[in-house]
Amino acid sequence: MSDLNTAMIEKYRSSFLKEVEANVEEGEWVKMCMQCGVCSGSCPLGKHWEHPPQEIFMMIRAGKREDVLSSDSMWMCTSCYNCIARCPRGLPITHIMHGLAVYSKRLGLTPQKQPTAEFSQIFWDNLMKKGRVNELKLGLSMYFKDGFGQGIKNAMANQKLGQNMMKAKRMNAMEFFGGHSVKDLSGFQKIIKKAQEIEAGNIKEFK
Amino acid sequence: MADEKKFAGYVCSGCGLGERLDAGQLETTATRDGKMQSCKQHEMLCSAEGVQMIKDDIANDGVTHVMIAACSRRAKVEAFNFTDVALTRANLREGVIWVRPDTDENKETTQEMADDYIRMACAELKSMAKPSASGEQSLNKNILVVGGGITGMTAAIEAAAAGYPVHLVEKSGTLGGAVGSYYKVIPTRSPYDAPAENPIPALREAIEADGNITVHLNSTLTKTDGAPGRFSVDIATESGTTETVSIGAIIQASGWKPYDANQLPEFAYGKSQDVVTNHELEALAVAASGGPIKRPSDGKEVKSVCFIQNAGQCSDKDGHLTYFAGVTDLVSIKQAMYFKELNGECDTTILFDNLRTPGAGGEDFYRAGQNAMVTFSKGIASEVVPGDSLTVKFEDKILNEQTEMACDLVVLATGMEPNSGPDPYAQLMVDEAEDEEEKAKAQAILENAPPSILNLQYRQGTDLPHLKNGFTDSHFICFPYETRRTGIYSAGPVRRPMDIQQARDDATGAALKAIQAAENASLGRAAHPRSGDLSFPSFRKEGCTQCKRCTVECPFGAINEDEEGYPMYNESRCRRCGTCMGACPVRVISFENYSVETVNQQIKNVEIPEEWDEKPRILVLACENDAYPALDQAAQAGVEINPWARVIPVRCLGSVSLSWVTDALNNGYDGIVMMGCRRDDDYQCHFVRGSAMAAERMSKVGDTLDTLNLEPERVILHEVAITDVERAPQLINDMAETVEKIGLSPFKF
Repeated sequence: MSDLNTAMIEKYRSSFLKEVEANVEEGEWVKMCMQCGVCSGSCPLGKHWEHPPQEIFMMIRAGKREDVLSSDSMWMCTSCYNCIARCPRGLPITHIMHGLAVYSKRLGLTPQKQPTAEFSQIFWDNLMKKGRVNELKLGLSMYFKDGFGQGIKNAMANQKLGQNMMKAKRMNAMEFFGGHSVKDLSGFQKIIKKAQEIEAGNIKEFK
Repeated sequence: MADEKKFAGYVCSGCGLGERLDAGQLETTATRDGKMQSCKQHEMLCSAEGVQMIKDDIANDGVTHVMIAACSRRAKVEAFNFTDVALTRANLREGVIWVRPDTDENKETTQEMADDYIRMACAELKSMAKPSASGEQSLNKNILVVGGGITGMTAAIEAAAAGYPVHLVEKSGTLGGAVGSYYKVIPTRSPYDAPAENPIPALREAIEADGNITVHLNSTLTKTDGAPGRFSVDIATESGTTETVSIGAIIQASGWKPYDANQLPEFAYGKSQDVVTNHELEALAVAASGGPIKRPSDGKEVKSVCFIQNAGQCSDKDGHLTYFAGVTDLVSIKQAMYFKELNGECDTTILFDNLRTPGAGGEDFYRAGQNAMVTFSKGIASEVVPGDSLTVKFEDKILNEQTEMACDLVVLATGMEPNSGPDPYAQLMVDEAEDEEEKAKAQAILENAPPSILNLQYRQGTDLPHLKNGFTDSHFICFPYETRRTGIYSAGPVRRPMDIQQARDDATGAALKAIQAAENASLGRAAHPRSGDLSFPSFRKEGCTQCKRCTVECPFGAINEDEEGYPMYNESRCRRCGTCMGACPVRVISFENYSVETVNQQIKNVEIPEEWDEKPRILVLACENDAYPALDQAAQAGVEINPWARVIPVRCLGSVSLSWVTDALNNGYDGIVMMGCRRDDDYQCHFVRGSAMAAERMSKVGDTLDTLNLEPERVILHEVAITDVERAPQLINDMAETVEKIGLSPFKF
């Protein structure tokens, strides 16, 4: 992972903007930001961002590579799409934020214990196993991610919710044992593998 | 027959006038008090039938003077357009019935108002004559364009295309001006995505091919005499020959000069050759002749460049321009794109605080710059450190930090200064300065005055008056082309900072205005705002004391003095505002249809009720450009006006004679309200200085009130805008309250 990071630093040296253009999904839009700040003002979670989107775009142009990629800001995005709807320049800001998060993760620069990053990993692993999300296991994995004792505490706290969901047949306790998968699990895994290969190839090509 | 006057009155009973007023009594008032030889009623005077009735009387009965008692003089002007007679209008609709409530208890005062307005109109008419042109000049179609830059060239081509011969005078040896030396220009057509071809070569060709345009290169004006329609201009060449040409109207397109960047030592201008202004960068781009732009110090190809926006402009610092050139952000985008075009992978950064990209394509061009990978950083540069690689220190306004960047070349986006002649009122400003600081400022302007461009032989100086920062003065809101010298139009960046497209539009407009001025002059017609007016001032020589007040106070420098010091009015320079009339202490200046007498007669013919009637009278002198229309609109909106008010429209508050105020007070009026346009710095006065002159003159009215032993509150002067629809009537009603408080005037006989 950090090998890739070193390679990218070598490759793009002075221009982080160009690196973002080449490697980040929708990254070619970053140069079009006109610094009006409507995105930052529109973000419902804005106050939790260390660097709001407008600032992230400026940092990219100013070449602040480490600060951006190891930032926890883009992980704060909840995909509400307020910024996209309002951006006068039509930047797909939500997508750029996700693109930056993915890129930072690929390079191994994501901050440790970043909750969104952790959840994303758990979600991904859960999904990959059966080709569909096992909600019971997803919940449990989240509860127990910080150790057994904390997991029991979390589970007790949400006991009532769990029981109600079962009563309403929104959750099935039997899913704990294996759970059902998509019809063609190996086919699904092949698709994902191929997609990952293509993506990695794009980055390696340094286009 | 020609000398015989015949007065006819016409009373309209349409628009509810018939129901609200006693038309029979109005007719009696017109004939008995107003001494109209005839008076007719019509149920709708502005209809074809009503108008025909008046026309027939003029044609068959020899009517020479017409009094129409109907709506405001600002309504139905097309219908009541009788050019062969002297005409006045009694405003019974907007002036009376629309501003008074329709109730029984108000009927009496409403009728009194209407009767008074009829008396006033008749009295005015008695001292009026039909205005006619002086015949001072015939049609002279020649247009003189001063300045051969993009503005002047465009103006010349446009005027010539309309069939008017043009003399184009250029100081230097080639046509083209500032734009002539540019590599490329800001695009003016969709898709606005790249710098466009320089238009100057094509314009040069067009001018060379145009038989209607005479080009005078290496030439200046050594003398401009006369007036619109009969200017006599001496064009002198560098080699010493002088040609005198006769000119109808003039366009001054003397352009701009770049700001002197030597006043920006913090940006190392002058210390490093690699710090250039935006103006100088054009030469580097041209010199590159299609190859990469090289830096001046060592000829090295520029690999990184930084543009510093607002260098020495939009700033209150000493020596900086306080205003923005409007165009320099677009210029920097254009120039950054030169580097993208010529220097390949060159890093280009534009350091801006406020990026302003006006015009239809401005935003698209900005986007095109971003698309081309020009980096826009919101930051304020504080210093450029010279060296092999220049260091630009700046405050990043988004990331909120002091930082710096290295680059090969720094471009300063400096502003534009007008290339105008000396301000004719510079000396006056020194004389009238209120404190030492102001005086020093005015003195500096006077001492650093540039050489004259027009060399006008006018009483009030050689060149066009300035507004601010040396830009030529014009009425920005209502008629931006009209300068304070009739028939001389300034266009392009000498008027205000502007880009090429704006300058070309401006030039086209000025060409049309110049043509209009030449044509108007031949017919004796006024320019804006009294366009088409044929009346012009004349004076009774026996009474004139040669005090020169009229020649000094004319806002348009229209009046010269003859050898004996008597005024010479120069009809076609005159804007017919009457400021001279208001200035004259001996009241000898008059227009055919507007004079001290016409207003005085109106004042005197209002019936002043006896003191015990407890009916005060308030005289309102309202400027016809803003205050009177505001009152008309108020009437339309049904805003009430006090029944004691009698409103007289004046051409400009500057035309108000102090004698009207004195006479009104002596006649028993209880209060006087004067309404003019906003004056001084952000003036809206249609005659520039009229309302300011009025305010100055009226500041002395306190003495008059003192000698009459009257309260100072009885006379008040207000600035009223055309939008003051609620406020204008309120000001009149306020005066009524004041009168109620302080009591009626003791001067009722």
